[in-house]
Amino acid sequence: MSDDGTPALPETLPDGTLLQKPVDRRGALGLLAAGVVAGVAAASACRPLNASTPEERELKVLEWQEFTQKHYRRMTESERAETVRRIERLAELRHHEEVTIATTDAQPGVLFGYAFNISKCQGYRNCVEACINENNLDRASDTQYIRIFEMEDGVVNLEDADPTYQHEAPAEGHFYMGTQCFQCANPPCVPVCPVGATWQEPDGIVVIDYNWCVGCRACMAACPYWARRFNWAAPEVPADEVNPVQHYLGNRGRKKGCVEKCTFCIHRTRKGLLPACAEACPTGARVFGNLLDPDSEIRWVLANKQIFRLKEELATEPRFWYFSD
Amino acid sequence: MHLRAFLLYALRAVTSGDRRYHLWMGSLTAVMLGGGYAYLVQAEHGLVVTGMNDHVSWGLYISNMAFLVGVAAAAVMLVLPAYVLKDVDFSKAVLLAEGVAVSALVMCLGFVMANSPGYPWKWWRLTPGIGLLNWPDSMLAWDVVMLNGYLVLNLFIPLYILYSHFIGEQPLKRKYVPFVYMSVFWAVSIHLVTAFLFAGLTARPFWNSALLGPRFLASAFTAGPACMILLIGFIRANTRYPIPAGAVDKLAIATTVAAQANLVMLLSELIFEFYSPTHHSISARYLFFGLGEHDALVPWIRTGIALNIAATCVLMIHPLRRNPRVLMWACAALFLGIWVEKGIGLVVPGFVPSPLGEIVEYTPTWVELWVTAGIWAMGLFVLTVLVRVALPIELGEARSPYLEAPPPARGARPRTARPRYKDVRPFRTR
Repeated sequence: MSDDGTPALPETLPDGTLLQKPVDRRGALGLLAAGVVAGVAAASACRPLNASTPEERELKVLEWQEFTQKHYRRMTESERAETVRRIERLAELRHHEEVTIATTDAQPGVLFGYAFNISKCQGYRNCVEACINENNLDRASDTQYIRIFEMEDGVVNLEDADPTYQHEAPAEGHFYMGTQCFQCANPPCVPVCPVGATWQEPDGIVVIDYNWCVGCRACMAACPYWARRFNWAAPEVPADEVNPVQHYLGNRGRKKGCVEKCTFCIHRTRKGLLPACAEACPTGARVFGNLLDPDSEIRWVLANKQIFRLKEELATEPRFWYFSD
Repeated sequence: MHLRAFLLYALRAVTSGDRRYHLWMGSLTAVMLGGGYAYLVQAEHGLVVTGMNDHVSWGLYISNMAFLVGVAAAAVMLVLPAYVLKDVDFSKAVLLAEGVAVSALVMCLGFVMANSPGYPWKWWRLTPGIGLLNWPDSMLAWDVVMLNGYLVLNLFIPLYILYSHFIGEQPLKRKYVPFVYMSVFWAVSIHLVTAFLFAGLTARPFWNSALLGPRFLASAFTAGPACMILLIGFIRANTRYPIPAGAVDKLAIATTVAAQANLVMLLSELIFEFYSPTHHSISARYLFFGLGEHDALVPWIRTGIALNIAATCVLMIHPLRRNPRVLMWACAALFLGIWVEKGIGLVVPGFVPSPLGEIVEYTPTWVELWVTAGIWAMGLFVLTVLVRVALPIELGEARSPYLEAPPPARGARPRTARPRYKDVRPFRTR
């Protein structure tokens, strides 16, 4: 089968048009199967109990295409565009949400880095809240990418720290230290994935193709910083709280059974904005920037402050540094 | 023609039996149905219905998987002497070992499926070609390749030999012996790979130990043969299938040696973790002593180790080991002890505390317990079917009706009647 040759199996869409598109071998296989499912769906649509509306039929077809879609890194530009259109339409059909999903690539000459000032952080957790809203994190299970550890002055030991403090911060005699995905230069979570659903982008961000992830959670076992979260159930975000500005590799809607993580707000930072956590921080404890830009603030911090990273002995080379004034 | 006869025979063999047999298969089916229902609940709602969470992200399923890979690998303990070293005593038992391996692998794959929410067909993404198999980087990808390969090997070899016997032909050594050699190496590899799946994770100091691979082998070669001894005991008591007592004796000695090695490694680990405890010992402390009020695993691991030590001591005393009744009990104890030690005793503490020091305990829910029971029932079902089909053929009772000569009499060796039957079996029982 040639790359452009065989027309896809014609699938009757609700409005009666034919969906025709060029396919390669893998696509053809998916479409072949899609044809079967569409047939089954059409057959079942005849049954009175299952008499589905055009939307329901469209949903079934789109869901099948979603199930058989390629790995993101193997998609061509046009396939990416089509995939994103499909996901946008699915969000509309499923949750009545109007979202726009970007596929912006890493910008050349950019390598993201983060520095966290432990003398400035007051433990307010504005970053945590901003992150939840920005990244459409599951409200039902209270998923959080950022963890703020409250520690007694003089001891840096996560085991004795309290990440779930409920009292007003800052507490007397304590300091605060935030963790999230450190986007390691040598990420232990990436090679363990049996299906290659997670990888590091050229700008240093470790991302996941949520559609490709099979949910085995090997990456969660491999992460030394407890940065990854799993969708134990279908995530819930109230429709009026959904952030519609999304990225395929970032904050778009997840399904149950896939792993997710902090992406340094890939949908913002690839457009030159700060991550939501850095923007929300009222104390200026969070410094984010391009490590390849010698004039960036992050480079100044790395050059002029006493810095350290968590679990250096594991050789993960986090691109997330701690420093103090 | 022969193939149809074989399939018909197999169907008849597994569907006919006495009341006890039907009761057994019926109960297994009932448990499987219960497990299937629990699996559907889990597929519908997601793994939120299990006891797992972001902190303890693997639980009962992966625990059982790790244990059962060992049971499967232990088939090599019989395959090696039977086919390669031509040990007469093992020639009859080896088929059973391959049956155990197949059913253990079916369970392993079942547990891997159950561990990922949703329906199994999403695993198409692993298929090389249309999907993406992250091999050789991912240990899990290795594990998938190894488990499936070992399953195919352990199905092919006995099926080929049985089918050849069924149609009255001599199995050709050049056709199966290469695969026997492959399966010997494969057996050791599947279990090492499974160990490396854990040992390779620097994030989890509890697993990140060079001893884990060897320890997996030692415990596998304890639990696997222990399981075989139990099965052989059952077969010898309930069928006419002639497994010489020598096979049990030799297996018992092998089990004893492996159990001793396993205990030595346990001691080595305990010294390593507790002589000069570091932050990395905290998971071991959680497992063996508990951390404050968090001590859910302590009774389990202590029972498991007690069982292991007691059974190993019993097996080390010759008169006790040679007493069939005592031997059975000791083997059952070893099997259970290793199941605890290498199942939840290995997997769960790796997650407690989390890499950032948070302590969240794990308790399986009814869904997990039912799915687990269902998968075990499925394994036992598969094992029963395999044994049920294989034994009459090996006893010479079942032959293809399309053979020219009438099938040989029960238990009779057809050597004189049909010269070309000479040494039809790879197992010489002289």
